[in-house]
Amino acid sequence: MKDFVYECPATIEDAVAAMGAVGARALAGGTDLIPQLREGRRQADRIVDLKRIPELTAISALTDGDVVLGAAVSATAIARHAAVAVSYPAVAQSARLIGSVQVQNRASLGGNICNAAPSADGVPALLCHQARVRIAGPTGRREEPLEALFRGPGQTTLAPDEILISIVLPPPAPRSAAKYLRFTPRREMDIAIAGAGTWLRLDAAGAIAEARIVLASVGPTPLRAVSAEQRLQGERPTRGLLDAAGRLAADDARPISDTRGSADYRRSLIAVLTARALADCCGALNVEVAVS
Amino acid sequence: MKTLVICAVNGGEHTVLADSRDTLLELLRERIGLTGTKEGCGNGNCGTCTVLVDGAPVNACLMLAQEAPGRDILTIEGLSDGSGGLHPIQQALVEHGGTQCGFCTPGIVLSAKALLDENPSPTPQDIRHAIAGNICRCTGYDKIVEAIAAAAIQARGP
Repeated sequence: MKDFVYECPATIEDAVAAMGAVGARALAGGTDLIPQLREGRRQADRIVDLKRIPELTAISALTDGDVVLGAAVSATAIARHAAVAVSYPAVAQSARLIGSVQVQNRASLGGNICNAAPSADGVPALLCHQARVRIAGPTGRREEPLEALFRGPGQTTLAPDEILISIVLPPPAPRSAAKYLRFTPRREMDIAIAGAGTWLRLDAAGAIAEARIVLASVGPTPLRAVSAEQRLQGERPTRGLLDAAGRLAADDARPISDTRGSADYRRSLIAVLTARALADCCGALNVEVAVS
Repeated sequence: MKTLVICAVNGGEHTVLADSRDTLLELLRERIGLTGTKEGCGNGNCGTCTVLVDGAPVNACLMLAQEAPGRDILTIEGLSDGSGGLHPIQQALVEHGGTQCGFCTPGIVLSAKALLDENPSPTPQDIRHAIAGNICRCTGYDKIVEAIAAAAIQARGP
């Protein structure tokens, strides 16, 4: 491993300045970055530890109803935060899926996002909730949809001298619920072969007003299952409808075959996980899913 | 690059000359000489290097030594009261045969301690979740879970 300088700036401005140096890399929990450096999969001349910056290490509920998750907050802190657990249970549950207790005590949601693994367990629930991200760079700050950040496996649209500051969750809509399910051979300490995050909003009559479905591990980035979403809109939830949405999500998936599973197997998993996650959303909304 | 790291380990302050690339695991084992913390995989999968940082279990191989200042670090050596006796969790592992080769044991003990400190009445499922990040390649998990459950009952008292 190449020698590097370690810095621990106390402000976003100092962190952005430090990130401007050649070979600088941001460090939050380190659960991805440190093994990547040690195994030579990434190089760094300068490590910029973001954990002393108050804005990156806080969870705050804003008066307009948004909840802001600092990018370097640990998965454990997110899972245990009352406002997150109440308003965004799928986000809290997803945080508890990442690695082990030891990993969750270090790993951050910001790192889970910036590492940009298609299998990132923290991401689908955030996308279901239409999370936005706040980014700081040398020219100032910007905010954009989280969905726009992913470019490919391990790649984001962040410039080398930009840092992710926080993730902004808008207030949950009335009569809405989200759920993320994944399949792993081992229940814990494993990487999803496939995952499906679903979000439903019902109208006053109990029909599906809006649906969002985000697939993990079946494409170069987290993937929206648009045709499945469209199939659900305006319909009353029935077993047959949810299964049909699952099959459409399997068609929307773009999986590859690798050591963890074949593309066909992944598509089959997506059909099942999507239908189950949708049924879980209905359950959370106290809506019975009719048999036909 | 050499750098001075001041850190609190097992209640004592240490000032150590470390390499800027050292992990907390290397700091503990090679700079301070606390070899009770083991290195297995070195990439956060096996949990043999589990230590408590501010009371929370973490993989020492996934943390830089330079992140240690200001944190309260507890290793397996810090569980001893100096009298030569075992910690109740260690005693329970001995009594229940919850240890075979012993390599994973320090990490298991610290994960169990963090669990019991927070949750004095864990279910078997809670225990399995708490030690899911600690791999025992002898695969003696049942006896480990029994031992931690027994230690919890003992700690709660009659």
